[in-house]
Amino acid sequence: MRSEQEFLEYVQGGGQVEATDWLPDEYRAKLVKFVEMHANSELMGVLPEREWILRAPTLQRKLALTAKVQDEVGHAQLIYRVAEDLGKPRDAMFADLLSGKAKFHNVFHYPTKTWGDVGVIAWLVDAAAIISQKALLKCSYAPYARIMKKICWEESFHILHGRDVILAMVTGTPEQFELVQEALTRWWPPLMQFHGNPIPADQDPMVHWRIKSQANEDARQQFLDGYVPQIRELGLEIPDPKLRKNEDGVWEYTEPDWDELKHVVTGHGPKTSERLALRARFLEQEQWVREAVLAA
Amino acid sequence: MIWEVFRRERPGAAFEHSGSVEAPDAEFAEAWAREQYGRRGESVALWLVPRDAVHTVDDWADEFDLKYRRVDGYSIKARLKEARSRVGSTERQS
Repeated sequence: MRSEQEFLEYVQGGGQVEATDWLPDEYRAKLVKFVEMHANSELMGVLPEREWILRAPTLQRKLALTAKVQDEVGHAQLIYRVAEDLGKPRDAMFADLLSGKAKFHNVFHYPTKTWGDVGVIAWLVDAAAIISQKALLKCSYAPYARIMKKICWEESFHILHGRDVILAMVTGTPEQFELVQEALTRWWPPLMQFHGNPIPADQDPMVHWRIKSQANEDARQQFLDGYVPQIRELGLEIPDPKLRKNEDGVWEYTEPDWDELKHVVTGHGPKTSERLALRARFLEQEQWVREAVLAA
Repeated sequence: MIWEVFRRERPGAAFEHSGSVEAPDAEFAEAWAREQYGRRGESVALWLVPRDAVHTVDDWADEFDLKYRRVDGYSIKARLKEARSRVGSTERQS
């Protein structure tokens, strides 16, 4: 493949390419941006949960949460490696993350107020994420698709762990149930924004290059289909009076606040600067380790 | 230095390319790979191969059109149809 047209037809037909193949410049640029944001999200995504490791209610919960945090950092390692192979050095990615030039997912810019939030994150944020990640198993860039296999496998444990945390609380005291309800009410708007605005597949450059194989709205519909019944059966109330499934099987809902999404992911979330400052501190503190290892 | 990681999921399974790690030597590569590709019991063995040591062969010339050596070199559908239609017809007896 030497022409962009030939390449495009190949990937749009479901073809996959390797790191050593010729890649059109635009494809490479879009892919790096996408992969980098994913890696950043894994790395930043552990911070809301990390805050609760020391406050976890039991030793078993503490260990499970630690394992989940370890998994997510491991995912960041796998994904950063893919981006490095595409030509962007890790130092440059860290620098762009800290300066705000590179983005990470909206849900990781919000506070984790209670243990209920930890359960909702592990259950529903991970459920939303696994829908996007499963669609990436068909990504046109094969090295990325391959690591997704392992990532999806680990995410399944996270969702179950989250569901277990939620079940323990909804079967507990009325106060515990209320903690879950409050957390769900807080997290519902960001969860509905998570898969992005409903840009039609044929206008989404990521779908155009088959980096993504699923339109944003399809992912959100899949999330609602899978999880609204699971939420409601626990007696929890979803804070959207318009939410309902139409006869044609399509979910109707209150239009998510797309301005909020844009505002948050461009670095203006309630916890953005605090978490980036923490990441900056650790990167600086551990610089000597990276230097020592790579100089060995 | 980049090390390619191949993972064996269960005894008897093929080693499958899974990703890569960056490490200055085999000892460090092993530490990263154990952590990233085996910490949850998802692998029974790993192969770590320096990327430079991989000799790739991916050009397959077919100038002489050697399809007769492969399944896709034979299309028997039309002939089979004809053979079946001849069974019992007078053409065969003449």
